[in-house]
Amino acid sequence: MTDQDEPLGLFSGMIGIIRRDLLLAWKRPGDVMNPLFFFAMVAALFPLAVGPSPQQLQFIGPTVLWVAALLAMLLSLNSMFLSDFEDGSLDQMLVSPLPLSALALGKAIVHWLTSGLPLVLVSPVVAITFQMPFSVTGFLMLTLLLGTISLSLLGSVGAALTVGLHRGTALLSLLILPLAMPVLIFGARTVSLVASGDGVAGGLYFLGAYAVLVLSFAPFATAAALRISNE
Amino acid sequence: MTAKLSAVELTLFRGERCLFKGLNFALNPGELLLLEGRNGSGKTSLVRALAGLIELESGEIFWDGESVRTHRQAFHAALVWMAHRVGLKADLTLVENLKFEAHLRTQSGDDFDEILKRLDIDRLKRLPLRALSAGQQRRVALARMLMSRVPLWLMDEPFTNLDREGRTLVMQLTTEHLERGGMCIMAAHQDVEIGGNVQKIVL
Repeated sequence: MTDQDEPLGLFSGMIGIIRRDLLLAWKRPGDVMNPLFFFAMVAALFPLAVGPSPQQLQFIGPTVLWVAALLAMLLSLNSMFLSDFEDGSLDQMLVSPLPLSALALGKAIVHWLTSGLPLVLVSPVVAITFQMPFSVTGFLMLTLLLGTISLSLLGSVGAALTVGLHRGTALLSLLILPLAMPVLIFGARTVSLVASGDGVAGGLYFLGAYAVLVLSFAPFATAAALRISNE
Repeated sequence: MTAKLSAVELTLFRGERCLFKGLNFALNPGELLLLEGRNGSGKTSLVRALAGLIELESGEIFWDGESVRTHRQAFHAALVWMAHRVGLKADLTLVENLKFEAHLRTQSGDDFDEILKRLDIDRLKRLPLRALSAGQQRRVALARMLMSRVPLWLMDEPFTNLDREGRTLVMQLTTEHLERGGMCIMAAHQDVEIGGNVQKIVL
C-alpha cells in the first residue's frame, strides 16, 4: 500500500486529510451546495426587494455580496470537525504522531476549497444581479479570494473550540465575528472604492496581510483548541 | 531497569467522581495488561488517558523513560488505538478509509490483501463502510492495527460486536503481537484467553 517503513513526512497527514475530505465532499455534494445556495439566494433576493434602480443596486452591491459571503462561510463552519468528532476519527487523528497543526491546516484548506472557492467562483454571476460593471467584478473576486482564506482559517479555530458542544453554532459565530470584522470592512470597502474609481491597493494589501497573519497562527490555535475540546 | 511503559500514581476524576487514585503499573515487551471492571468503572477513561486524550488529575506516564507529556510524538508513533467508535468514515469504502490511515501512521509494509484476507473482509473492499455490519467494521479497525507496525496496542473492548471466530481471531492476533515483542493494554469484561505474561488491573 505504501512504501515500507518510510518515515512519514511532516505534511503526510495534511495531504491525507485533504484527499479524504475532498472525496467525502464529492460523495456528498449537498454539504458543499448549501452555503453556495444561501449566498445566491440572499444576493438574488436583495435586488428584488430594493427595486430596479441601477444606481442604488450598484451602491449596495459590494456590501450585500460581502455580507452574504461572510454569512455563507459562517453557516458552513460548524460542520468542519463535527463528523470527525462524532464518528471517532478525530480521536484517531489526535493519537497520530503527526503534528496536529498540520492536520488542522489540512481541514482549513479543504473547508476553503469546498466553501470559500465556490463562493469566489459564483460571485461574478451573482454580481450581475447588482448590475456590477465587469471591471469591478474582478476586484470583487480578488477580495473574496483573500477574505475567504482568512475566514476559513479563523473559522477552523472557532470550530475546533466549539466541537464538543451541542448546538455550538451561535457561540461559534460570536467567537469568530469580531475577528472576521476587519475582513468584511476592508473587503466590502475595497470593492466600493473600485466602483467609485478610487485607489484600492491599500485594501488589497490589508486583506493579503491579514490572510498571512491568520495563516501563521490559526493552525496552531486550532490544534490546541482540538486537544482541549475533545476530552 | 526501567520498564518500557510505566505509569506512576495516576489519578483521574470525572466530575466529582474519582475513577482511580494512585494507579501504578509497568509494562515490558511481550506483556499484556488487562483492565477489568464493571461498566462505568473507568476502563475507557483510563485507556483514553493513556492515549493522551484526557488530562490526568495527577501522575505521569513514561515511555522509554521519557514523560509522554514532553515526548508526545515519540509515544504516539509507538501506539495504535482501537477505540469503541471505529473512527472510520461511513461514506468511504474500506480501501479509501485505510488509505487515509496510511497517511497518519508508519506502515508495516505487510501485504495489504493478506491482512484483509486474514480478517475475512477482503470481499468488502469496494463497499462503503455504512454497508458493513458493526462486526465487520470492527474488523476494519483491526486492519488498521495490523497495517501499522507499532509496539503498543491500546484496545478498548475489542470483542464488542464480534462473532466467535472474530473473538478468537483477536486473541490470536494479540498473542502473535506479544510474541513479536509487542505490548498490549486491553480493556475487556469478557474472559480473555491469551497466554504469556498477563497483568491485571481491576478498576
